[in-house]
Amino acid sequence: MVPRRCIGVLAAVVVAGCGADDDDAGDLTVAAASSVQDAIRACAPDVRASFAGSDELAAQVRQGLPVDVFLAANTALPAALADDGLLDDPVAFATNALVVAVPADSGVRALTDLARPGVDLAIGAEGVPVGDYTREVLSRLPAVQERAILANVRSEEPDVKGVVGKLTQGAVDAGVVYATDVEAASGRLRAVAIDAELEPDVAYGAGVVTASERRAQAEDFVDGLTDGSCAEALRARGFGPPP
Amino acid sequence: MIRSRLWFGPLLVAALTTALVFLTVPVLAIFLETTPAQIVRKLGEEQARDALWLSAQTTGAAMLLIVGLGTPAAYLLATRRFRGRAVVITLIELPLVLPPAVAGIALLAAVGPSGLLGRYVEDAGLQVALTTAGVVVALTFVAAPFYLRQAQAAFAAVDGTQVDAARTLGSSEAAAFARVVVPASLPGLAAGGALALGRALGEFGATLMFAGSLQGVTQTVPLAIYDDFATDFDAALALSAVLVVVSAALLLSVKFVRGADAVR
Repeated sequence: MVPRRCIGVLAAVVVAGCGADDDDAGDLTVAAASSVQDAIRACAPDVRASFAGSDELAAQVRQGLPVDVFLAANTALPAALADDGLLDDPVAFATNALVVAVPADSGVRALTDLARPGVDLAIGAEGVPVGDYTREVLSRLPAVQERAILANVRSEEPDVKGVVGKLTQGAVDAGVVYATDVEAASGRLRAVAIDAELEPDVAYGAGVVTASERRAQAEDFVDGLTDGSCAEALRARGFGPPP
Repeated sequence: MIRSRLWFGPLLVAALTTALVFLTVPVLAIFLETTPAQIVRKLGEEQARDALWLSAQTTGAAMLLIVGLGTPAAYLLATRRFRGRAVVITLIELPLVLPPAVAGIALLAAVGPSGLLGRYVEDAGLQVALTTAGVVVALTFVAAPFYLRQAQAAFAAVDGTQVDAARTLGSSEAAAFARVVVPASLPGLAAGGALALGRALGEFGATLMFAGSLQGVTQTVPLAIYDDFATDFDAALALSAVLVVVSAALLLSVKFVRGADAVR
């Protein structure tokens, strides 16, 4: 017959499954920004990880989805969750740089080239860290240039993977992504640096979800992001050390 | 017999109750978690209005293509027997069971800028990826099979003697099609149209991958809901409520048309 532990709300069964392994050590659930996907997959192949735009993942944590660790591409989203009592002691664990990504053979040489008519752009949507960083950079340009660049935007993607996808498919001529995304594209994309005085501080924040039932394990995972195999995996893919 | 009745009846009732609760509670929750005031507030926002207007335009354009091209195509499939007919039917029904993400990839691989036909599309001066036209292409691709299938069944069910009578009286095939076949199969065509419309209105994955997401250009209602989900859950609920109402109206209109058909 149906095991007793499975009797209950049907939806819970569907979501969590009736398996006997629910509290096994390998079941740590991590919700992480798209941009750290390669690194986390490499250093923690056993965790259940879901990768998406940080803002979507934060919304899922708010909706009470069973997540143990939250990794965002900024420190604002973890801080906001912590303020609401949903995340414990968020820490910054890595840094990244915002760059303009273009196909290897592109003629774009500088951020301001994006203002030229006919240069199709993909950027992150507002509220997504990469989209907010992009708007932060653009707001530091003269208003005319900012408007011209925004007028060239053809798609506002829900996460940085979407921007890279539109770029590698040739649907757009340029996109604003993280330096690590260009490295991960193995030669197909070229990074155009953004001037230091325009560059935002891109810091990644992580914390243990307060409602987590695997706290010790989750804390170990977060510690490993600054000192351990995940820290090494992040450095190997171009992420900078925490600020 | 009696013993089997004792458990079989309750089992059926339990199964139906479970199915009913499972399928209706999430939809009900949308309305219980939002208020009419929130819906009105959301509809007052430019992003929501742009999304609704864009959805109406692109779905309308896709439906024109689907009905305009699909009606004669379905008539041919319903009335002619030719070699490879079964293969053709299977091929045009395939998008019915394709996951939307596969549809998005398939469209990119075919008519995307670096796709199979992308170069020719570009040479012709057309750009479909990341444009409103691209949304129409995505909607048409995923929704057309729903109409084709239903229209073919509706045409196949038309009483052949009526058509023969019209032909005997001197009508051309085109005239018989317009005056006899289409009116007789109208309820089935309308039902197929409503199904395709519902599918087009809800399209998400293929649109995001192929057409992207830009307010007023490619951001349809489902994409706007996804965009709101992270930043403003209440707004996402409100916009979802609007889509549920539209979809429910579509479903009811299909039931109504079919009901009228059954009476006739």
